[in-house]
Order: sequence, then C-alpha cells, then structure tokens
Amino acid sequence: MNYSAAEIWTVILAMAVGTYLIRFSFLGLIGGRRMPDWLLRHLRYAPHAVLPAMVAPMVLSPVAEGGSADPARIIAALGCGLLGWATKNTLLAILGGLIIFALATLILR
Amino acid sequence: MTSSTDKTAFWRGFRDGMPFILAAGPFGLVFGLVATEAGMKLYETMAMTILVIGGASQFAALAQMQQQAPLVLVIAAGLLVNMRMAIYSAALAPHLGPAPFWKRAFAAYMLVDNVYITAIADYTKRPDAPISARMRYFFGTALPACTAWYLSTLIGAMAGRAIPESWQLDFIVPIAFIALLAPMLRTLAHLTAVMTSVVVALLLAWMPYNTELLVAALAAMAAGAEVERRRGAQ
Repeated sequence: MNYSAAEIWTVILAMAVGTYLIRFSFLGLIGGRRMPDWLLRHLRYAPHAVLPAMVAPMVLSPVAEGGSADPARIIAALGCGLLGWATKNTLLAILGGLIIFALATLILR
Repeated sequence: MTSSTDKTAFWRGFRDGMPFILAAGPFGLVFGLVATEAGMKLYETMAMTILVIGGASQFAALAQMQQQAPLVLVIAAGLLVNMRMAIYSAALAPHLGPAPFWKRAFAAYMLVDNVYITAIADYTKRPDAPISARMRYFFGTALPACTAWYLSTLIGAMAGRAIPESWQLDFIVPIAFIALLAPMLRTLAHLTAVMTSVVVALLLAWMPYNTELLVAALAAMAAGAEVERRRGAQ
C-alpha cells in the first residue's frame, strides 16, 4: 500500500467517528425509539453480506500469489469454514484453518 | 445495599467478560502484525485500534488499502462492516436509556460484539436490576476484552517485523473473517446472504476499486432479509 500519512489519518478518524456514531445512534436517543422493522431485518445480515464479498477474492485470487488461484488457500478456507460452523468456536477455526493451510502448502508443492 | 449490588454487578460483568480475552487476543495480535506489515506505522496502528475497536472493520479497511483503493471506498468498507452495531445500540437502548447522557456516550464507545451479547443476556435474565447496576455490569464486561484488544495489537505490531514474508501471513485475514462468520451461520437466510455475497462479488470482480463490494453487500443484505421475511422470524 502507498498512502500519505494524511490519508491514513483520514481513514483512521473517519472510521473512528463513523463507528462511534453507529454505536451511539440509539443509545444516545432516549429510551426505546425503534428502527423500522425492514431496516433491522436488512442490518441483521450486514456481516454475512460484507465479509464473504471481501474474503472470496482474497482466497481465489490472492495478491500474494500474483492473482492466480492457490489450491492450498481454497482447501484451508473451506476447512476453516466447516470447522467454525461445526464447533461455533472462532479461535479453533482460525488455528485449524492455518494448520490446514500449512499442511496443504507443504504437500502440494 | 444499592452500592454493594452495584459493585457486585461490575465484577460479575468482569467475570462474564473474561473468556473473550481469548477471542480478542489472537485477533488483535494478527491485526497489529498485518497492519504494520502492510506499511502502517506503530502509532497509526494503535490509533486505529484504540479509536475504532472493531477488528473486522479494521481488517476490512486494511484489505482495501492493500489494493490501493480510493479513501472513500476504504472508509465505506470499514463502516459497512460496523453497521451491525446500530442493531446492538437499538437493542440496548431500552435497557440503558434511563442512564445519564455521559455514561451512555461512554458505553457507546465500548459497544463491541461480545459486550452486546453478554450484556443483553444479563439484562434479560435480571429485568429488575437498577440502572446503575446495569451500567456497571456493562463496563465490567467491556473492560477485559477492550484491554486485551489494545495490548495484543501492540504486541503484534511490535513483533511483526520479525516474521518472514514466505509465511504468507496475509492469508490470516481471510481465515480470521471466515472463522468469525462461520459460527454465525444458523439459518437459511444467513446462508443465502453469504452465497449471494460471494457470487455477486466474483461476477462483478471487473468493477474498479472493489466497488463490487458495495453492490454485493447490498444485494446480499436484501437476499437475506427477503428469505427471513418469507419464512417468518427465527
């Protein structure tokens, strides 16, 4: 990455203020004023909607590999997902995913 | 009597918040590591960690920066990931609404995933707890995870330079995201949102500066919400 210090601080401060305002939104307004149901229903899926779109290209066409697919990454990503889904344990899934990645890299090269 | 229950509430929250050190620790370590590896200065990395306290959003912004995306899209990616916190805020408002303004303002700063999950469970279990005890429980449960988050980022940022490039540490980012998301896949609506997100992002990968991320996210949210609406609430 190649950004000036001013640009990096712009990102930091904009994210800080924006995130704070998101968290403060309803706590700041008195009492239980509610968001409309349709909006809540959409926001419930925000993590499920944003993260996979970011993850897919990182797994399938990694910058580190010059944009070409690496089967070790695909296997590790699937393994990590299954492990996290089955155990509901984030930490275990991270460790498992990394171990699978290390093994797959060793075996496939 | 009230003051002793208040004190108990703080320590009860603290105890309930302790296990999340295990989750925040490694995540912060990796963020500190990856951020400094990508070219952020130590104090920039720490400023982001302390001011934002949002692991997934920090990784999201970093991933955009590694692709040299325009600043607007870097910030948009980070904030999109944090939109879910509006839900936490809305859910806690009825419980914490009567507290003084400055306390609510401070609580908002520490409103992270595990604090929300722990606090809402306790408030539901003890509907008669006085507002002061609820507030103390909140801060008690926020303290361990937030402290662990700051410290582990610092350690990761300082240790990062010692690690060779051949280890492909950049792969920890997608792994951490997958590991964070997989336990949250509980319904058909969740699965629909995830699949839509992946498919749309890959189909639109030709769009400049990761703008496909915004399209994919909106499409996936709409798809998840629509499945939920048709099937009724979980």
